[in-house]
Amino acid sequence: MIELKGIITMVNGPVLKATSMTGFKMREMVMVGGKKLIGEVIALEGDRGTIQVYEETEGLKSGESVISTGKPLSLKLGPGLIGNIFDGIERPLLEINSVSEGFIPEGIGLLSIDTEKKWKVCITVKENDVLREGQCFATVEETSLILHKVLVPQGMSGKVIEKKEDGFYNIEETLLVIEDDEGKMYPLRLSHEWPVRTPRPVKERLPISSLLVTGQRVLDIFFPVAKGGTAAIPGGFGTGKTMTQHQLAKWSDADIIVYIGCGERGNEMTEVLEDFPKLIDPKTGKSIMERTILIANTSNMPVAAREASIYTGITIAEYYRDMGYNVAIMADSTSRWAEALREISGRLEEMPAEEGYPAYLPSRLAEFYERAGYIKTLNDQEASITIIGAVSPAGGDFSEPVTENTKRYVNAFLGLDKKLAYARHYPAINWLNSYSGYVKMLGNWYEKNVNEDVLELRAKMIRILHEENKLQEIVQLVGEDVLPDDQRLILEISRVLRIGFLQQNAFHKDDTFVPLIKQYKMLKCIELLYDKAHLTIKKGVPISKVKNEMLFGEVTKMKYTVSNDDLSEIDKISEKIVQYYDDLIKEYG
Amino acid sequence: MSKEYLLLDKIEGPLIFLSRAEDVSYGEVIDITLDDGNKRRGRVIKIDKDAIVAQIFEGSSGFSVVNSSVRFSGKPFELPMSKEILGRTFNGIGEPIDQGGNIFSKDVYNVNGRPINPVARKYPRNYIQTGISSIDGLATLIRGQKLPIFSGNGLPHNEIAAQIVKQANISEKEGEEFAVVFAAIGVKHDDADYFRKTFEESGVLERVVMYINLANDSIVERVMTPRCALTAAEYLAFEKNMHILVIMTDITSYCEALREISSAREEVPSRKGYPGYLYSDLASIYERAGMMKHKGGSITFLPILTMPNDDITHPVPDLTGYITEGQIVLSRELFQQNIYPPISILPSLSRLMKDGIGEGFTREDHPDVANQIFASYSKVQDIRALAQIIGEDDLSELDNLYIKFGRLFEEKFIRQDFDDNRSISETLDLAWDMLSQLPKEELERIDPEMLGKYYQGKSGK
Repeated sequence: MIELKGIITMVNGPVLKATSMTGFKMREMVMVGGKKLIGEVIALEGDRGTIQVYEETEGLKSGESVISTGKPLSLKLGPGLIGNIFDGIERPLLEINSVSEGFIPEGIGLLSIDTEKKWKVCITVKENDVLREGQCFATVEETSLILHKVLVPQGMSGKVIEKKEDGFYNIEETLLVIEDDEGKMYPLRLSHEWPVRTPRPVKERLPISSLLVTGQRVLDIFFPVAKGGTAAIPGGFGTGKTMTQHQLAKWSDADIIVYIGCGERGNEMTEVLEDFPKLIDPKTGKSIMERTILIANTSNMPVAAREASIYTGITIAEYYRDMGYNVAIMADSTSRWAEALREISGRLEEMPAEEGYPAYLPSRLAEFYERAGYIKTLNDQEASITIIGAVSPAGGDFSEPVTENTKRYVNAFLGLDKKLAYARHYPAINWLNSYSGYVKMLGNWYEKNVNEDVLELRAKMIRILHEENKLQEIVQLVGEDVLPDDQRLILEISRVLRIGFLQQNAFHKDDTFVPLIKQYKMLKCIELLYDKAHLTIKKGVPISKVKNEMLFGEVTKMKYTVSNDDLSEIDKISEKIVQYYDDLIKEYG
Repeated sequence: MSKEYLLLDKIEGPLIFLSRAEDVSYGEVIDITLDDGNKRRGRVIKIDKDAIVAQIFEGSSGFSVVNSSVRFSGKPFELPMSKEILGRTFNGIGEPIDQGGNIFSKDVYNVNGRPINPVARKYPRNYIQTGISSIDGLATLIRGQKLPIFSGNGLPHNEIAAQIVKQANISEKEGEEFAVVFAAIGVKHDDADYFRKTFEESGVLERVVMYINLANDSIVERVMTPRCALTAAEYLAFEKNMHILVIMTDITSYCEALREISSAREEVPSRKGYPGYLYSDLASIYERAGMMKHKGGSITFLPILTMPNDDITHPVPDLTGYITEGQIVLSRELFQQNIYPPISILPSLSRLMKDGIGEGFTREDHPDVANQIFASYSKVQDIRALAQIIGEDDLSELDNLYIKFGRLFEEKFIRQDFDDNRSISETLDLAWDMLSQLPKEELERIDPEMLGKYYQGKSGK
């Protein structure tokens, strides 16, 4: 390959312009200036080109060179990703820290996953086997949880003509050589490269059919997110977006979690790095760090790399999906990514659309969320990518462009509410304006895995909460005392629902993750309380008697008092409820 | 011998445009000498072929297109640092304005700093007792945290910051050194003097480094002021292992200066005319707070900003809240009721508090108590709204208890004298006094065991 060389003519923050760029390709990765900063070509016109730079540009001079690499911004994919933390262009932060302790310097070049480490490789094919693209030819135990399946890269296929023995190899060593029908030979390694902006191919998309179990009651029962689905969590600052994302990353039953800290706080990433290794996944009994990949572009890191970080995250997710895993992505926050687009667009002096955002914002958002899905891999395995994106609307106003456009492309919308957050009701998901389009699709799943009346129960409880909302408006005007008893019961039951069910304590050992069956039983118990109390009121018993402090308190507190492994306590509470109201009716009968 | 450029193309606001410049690097510092011998400094902010745009720190008044000679230094904007800066006062670009003379040191630091690698950070977990109940109890300050005060014009944010400086135990243990870095960004003379006086009175003046850019100083200097101050803070914290409290007032002036320069550069504006990069720019300031592994010191950052028209959704508080680890919000309503400090507790929040309080840090009951107060006080607001309509007489018995709790809470817990320094257990005991006004059944957020231990009221039924 001939190395092409452009000359810098303009520097404006992370955006450069250069001449003599004939021959450079769009989206090609380039090295800029004497420090060899990493950049990407984002516009070409005649022999002039525009480049966004992923590192601090201070000190660059007009007249310095721009050197081509001949390939688009790509990631090296192979074992060594899990449990690691990378910057927006997949450079390992731990390694950067060993090069330059403390602060992130410029011009460290393009580092990637560890090329030295020897992995124990088990080759699963024989000589003369015919391999097609996407087929697994070797396995590596990447962590105790994840078996890394090494796949034949796209565009390669053929007969195995050379094979190494099982043993220890690094990611660059050739393991197999295959020869296709035309006699072309391909060496296969543990790793290969993939351009970040290109979605990886799949065989077909499958309909959505199973729940991403998160252990969070308000999600799993009220606003479920499906495996392969998309969800947005919008909320002003302080409403708990990051907390919710952390909870999902910790407890959801995906095989692999990719957590993208996009333009957020440095300490939040540090917190993940400190906490996650200590947390044990309830399903596997292993540390959850063994299934987590972190991408960090904190708010003070270069803005162009923020734009790339989202693509880096999703490409890594697709890589593991292709091995047949269910992957979930937490992107915190997509608004910072949109703002990075806006900032670069502004520097390019493009015509702005709404609030200064570029006109291509909706299409970029769509491209991102559409990479989620429940699919069949090239190797005929079912796998999925679920995307859960946090949105940080300016001023907490959900009508701003990023929230509005995100709403168009996601199926579940979990709106966080300032007022709930002020009262420290977490997760502060507002049950009145949130929605999930997956409820119906998951009907069968609930029926098979929990109980057939889950959706009915959910609908009933939501009805009560909506009714409460209407009643609260009246209460705000005239007070609670004037309401008839059956309406006051609605208020009381809603209180139990809100505090005892919807609110969930992330710091409590049992409450932080609740098995689905306990969630269901808790809700059934609340329903029983309502039905029985309602019946008793209809018989003319006054609310003051019907609302038994002890009983209501016990139901509200069962999230803490009933342990996750022994649900018989809930049955006991249910018995008490039946007993109490039967007695009451007799007394008044 | 570097070249001198004698002809400018254009002067606009604090910006100068010149062409045919050679070998200029982005961000480098320029020295300008006017024909009357007056010297200015500036910084390159855009290069387009051989044309450059530079901003002049001291402003461009007195410039004509022919009366100045521009020289490129070839260096980014750097400041010399040594421990001699303690007790000194500088202007917004780090030049001494007291009588102490220049700082000489071979350690020079780029004022823009570099992003801290998230893997090198140490997660802040140790709380700082400020002696102010509403902060210690409900929005606990953690060493290494960035916790802004959201205020409004005329509210006593300066007093609160001063009280924190006076009372906070900034150094971790006996013998560890601490210092205060103070940056005045476009504030009035009075405000700057007030802080100077406070530092003097609390006897920390020789441990304070001040960077002063007053309201009538140049706006380009204003944009550099927080960066200079944080460079000093980073030097003291991470090179000299000191515990640093950074106080900055007023971030709103900083953002306005940024907007002014942006509009002079004819950039595409986003919300309310602020530039699209305001978030990244603010982050490059706020994120410099923190603690690092293998380094002894810490930077605790207390920026103050005034919300225009008390509007928390204004871009400046809004973007700040998205970057900082919580906020302390002041309320005009409490201030008008003559309650000092007028801290509006419901929107106030400390994100790092969850890991820095409770058993082993403050006291076992702290998390539950804080949670309960938020829940109960938020209920007080609902009942007050109701009482406005139906009158207090028609409220239920329980509602009346809440009203009483709310009143007492504001009068006894929030209200505190300027020189009242409460320990954390005093604060928590006081909180229990307040909560004990409510029936036990109402305290749903508190572990029954704690209730048994600390609750002093009587049970409802």
